[in-house]
Formats: sequence, C-alpha cells, structure tokens
Amino acid sequence: MSPQDQAAPAALETIETDCVVIGAGPCGLFAVFELGLLDIKAHVVDILDRPGGQCAELYPEKPIYDVPALPIVTGQELTDRLMEQIKPFGPQFHYSERVDGLSRLEDGRFRLLTDAGTEFITKVVVIAAGGGSFMPKRPPLDGIENYEGTSVFYAVRKMEVMRGHDVVIVGGGDSALDWTLNLQPIANSLTLIHRRDDFRAAPHSVEKMRALVAEGKVRLMIGQVTKINGDGANLQSIAVKTAAGEETVPCTAMLPFFGLTMKLGPVAEWGLNLHENLIPVDTEKFETSAPGIFAIGDINWYPGKLKLILSGFHEAALMAQAAQRIVYPGKKVLFQYTTSSSSLQKKLGVK
Amino acid sequence: MDLGTGACLVLTELKLRSGERLMAKITFIQPDGQAQTVEAEAGLTVMEAAKLNNVPGIEAECGGACACATCHVYVDELWREQTGKPSEMEEDMLDFAFDVRDESRLSCQIRVTADIDGLVVRVPAKQF
Repeated sequence: MSPQDQAAPAALETIETDCVVIGAGPCGLFAVFELGLLDIKAHVVDILDRPGGQCAELYPEKPIYDVPALPIVTGQELTDRLMEQIKPFGPQFHYSERVDGLSRLEDGRFRLLTDAGTEFITKVVVIAAGGGSFMPKRPPLDGIENYEGTSVFYAVRKMEVMRGHDVVIVGGGDSALDWTLNLQPIANSLTLIHRRDDFRAAPHSVEKMRALVAEGKVRLMIGQVTKINGDGANLQSIAVKTAAGEETVPCTAMLPFFGLTMKLGPVAEWGLNLHENLIPVDTEKFETSAPGIFAIGDINWYPGKLKLILSGFHEAALMAQAAQRIVYPGKKVLFQYTTSSSSLQKKLGVK
Repeated sequence: MDLGTGACLVLTELKLRSGERLMAKITFIQPDGQAQTVEAEAGLTVMEAAKLNNVPGIEAECGGACACATCHVYVDELWREQTGKPSEMEEDMLDFAFDVRDESRLSCQIRVTADIDGLVVRVPAKQF
C-alpha cells in the first residue's frame, strides 16, 4: 500500500454502476445520450455546481456558430437542450464534486473516489473533463502555496475554523461579499480588500457590507495585495497597495476570491499516458492507454484533433459502441437509427 | 467621436475593396524590456494578433470570450485615448487580474483599426 492509499479518505457512500462520466460539459452530456441508447446508465460527476462545463462557466451568453443545424446557440442554450435530450435516460448528477482517485479493482472494474467521499464502482469510465477541473485562481504572491490550508483558503468548509481570526477577504464578487457577511460575526476582525469601489456581487450584499463598514465592524480597503508575510505556514500580515501608498495589514487568515481557472488536476495522477497535458486516445474507440477508460472532448488528443464541440459529439458516439462491449460482453451489437428503430424510440420515451 | 469611427470604417472598406488588407503595427513590450512589433489585420483583436505571432505572456485561456483575465496588458499612455475605456464587463473581469492599473485592459477587447496603427502595450510580469 502506498502512502497515498493510506491517506485516502474512507468513502461515505458507495455506488455501483455501469459507467461514470467525469465532466458535465456538452461532450459529457451527449455521452449520456449515446450510452443511454445502448442501455448503459451513467453517473455524471462535475466540480461545478451545475451542468454545462466551459459553456456554463466561461461563456453562457456567448453565441456559438459551429454546432451543426444550430446557426446560433449560446453556451447556456446548448446546455439546456442537451439536458432535455438526455432526460429520458435519467442520468444521476453529482455536482460540486471532483474525482480525486481512480484505480482498477481485481475484478477489472474501476474504483473512483470524489473529494466529497462518494465512491463509485464502475465497469467503464468516460473522462470528458475538457480543460480539466475548474479550480480557484491562486494569486501570484510569492510563497502563497506554503500558507494554503493553514492561513490561506479558497473555500470555507467549516465556518468555525475562522472564529477569532483576523480575516482578510480579497475580491468583489458574490463569494467575497457572502463570506464577508458570514464571517464578520465570528472573526476577531474582518478586512475586505477590492481593487475598486465597485462590486460585482448582488446589490443587497453590497448594501449590507457597506452598513457593516459604516458601523465600524468591517474595514473596506480599496487596493491590491502585493505581498504576504508570515513564518512560512501561519500568516502574520499582508502588504496592500492603495491610492495612498502601501500599508501593512496584520491578519491571520486570508481568503482570496479571484474566480476559477482550469487545471488538469487529479487526472494527471491516474497513471494514464499523457501528451502535453492531454490524454492520447485511439480514433476507433477513443479509449485511453488503460482499457475501459475512455476520453472524449477537449481533454483527449489524437493526430488531427480539433477541439470542437461537434468533434466531441462524434467521439461520444463511437466511445459508446466500445463501452457497450465492456458493459454487455457477448451481446450482439446492433446498429440502429433513432428515426426508425422502435426499441430506440421506446428508450427515448417517444413511442 | 462618431465621425472618427465612421471615417475609419470607410477607410477599412476602401482598402478591403481594393483587395489590400488594412494592417496595423502593434508593439508588445515584455517585463524585461524586450519589444516585439507585429502586423495585425484590421478587425482582429489585439489578443488575436498576439497569439498569431506567439507573443509571450498573453495566455487568453478563455479564447477571447472576456471570461478570464489572462490577456491583460498595460496600454502605453500615448495610446490610451485611441483604445478607449474598458466596458463594464471588462472591468468586472479585470477584477481577476493581478496588479491592475489605470492603463490596464484585456487585449481581447481591443479591436485592431487604422486608429491604433503603432499601438504600444506592455505585458504584465504575471498573468493569472
């Protein structure tokens, strides 16, 4: 047993299934459709709290012009339509969870474990993780990684951890404002730092924050953090550049909220062959170097690969055919059209 | 203001009609002072011009959707009027950049026109 295995958290819930799709972007969602036509039920895991992946996170309102038969469609519309299309197959979604561990069991199936403690035992894995996991952006401050988890936090799992701390929150969106309001009552002191006196957050949160500032319960600084100081694990102060000059602000905890970025994340540690942070696959089955693990969409690589949504849809269809041979070994593979096949139409709920 | 934009559009159209593409020169200065001047076709964005010419330090993670802040640049003082002010959406995204200054812009939101021929922008030390 490797040290990593010993540190692995115990599962809180175990789900046995045929297929786990990692990523609820357009390719992951369409994979559910193609798998569903072949009677393969899927569980879908995504680190975001809603479906759509990049379409939902990066460009929900931006028009996409190259999805066949849809001259113009926004990222959100495409997501909504795919969700409608896969409804008959009843996929189960596990949002706000990241698959951290993936290993093969002796019986040939796979064990996946998420950061929320959900364990999957599955016959097939489909990695449709796009550009990787959306993770909080780490401000490029020297040495910040040493303080992460002890003094610097990108999310608050347990509020009590913040009790009695001199808390600094950096940012101007909903996360920054919500945590300002939530932590102010239990923190020893709370300073909110934002680069401008305009906030993206919901107006009522901004009003509440301004009221706390007026009462002297929250300090609002308009400026930018330039340096962090401490003993290498525990934060002691930060330097803040404001219009008036540079000021040192004593603090024991900092929560920076600078949005999300995509990182390959745990995928890199699953023992799969990688090619410049992408997963090489064959173009017949879109299978990775590990049989039974497929990769479709932006995260895969093969000669001639184009990172287009339509390519991912094609990959999903071929992947599903290969997945069927693993989930239902020996079953005769019958190719059918949704237009004419009664059995497919029954599955789709239209007959 | 309107006259300027109109005149620029007419000029672009005339050049296009004559089969000649309107190009603008853009200089990117790296934090270490190294400068690289590229030719950009009108209609592109400054970010696209940078990516087409492999200018280091312009990451454009979101591909130009104004959905990240990794194409952040500092516009040279002489060019700030021609390049204009960031829109509200761009200001919101600049919240996600590092070391934001008055001259900060997202290069995916600056359109290449005849007006900005000769533009000088600085690439920040850290793009995140």
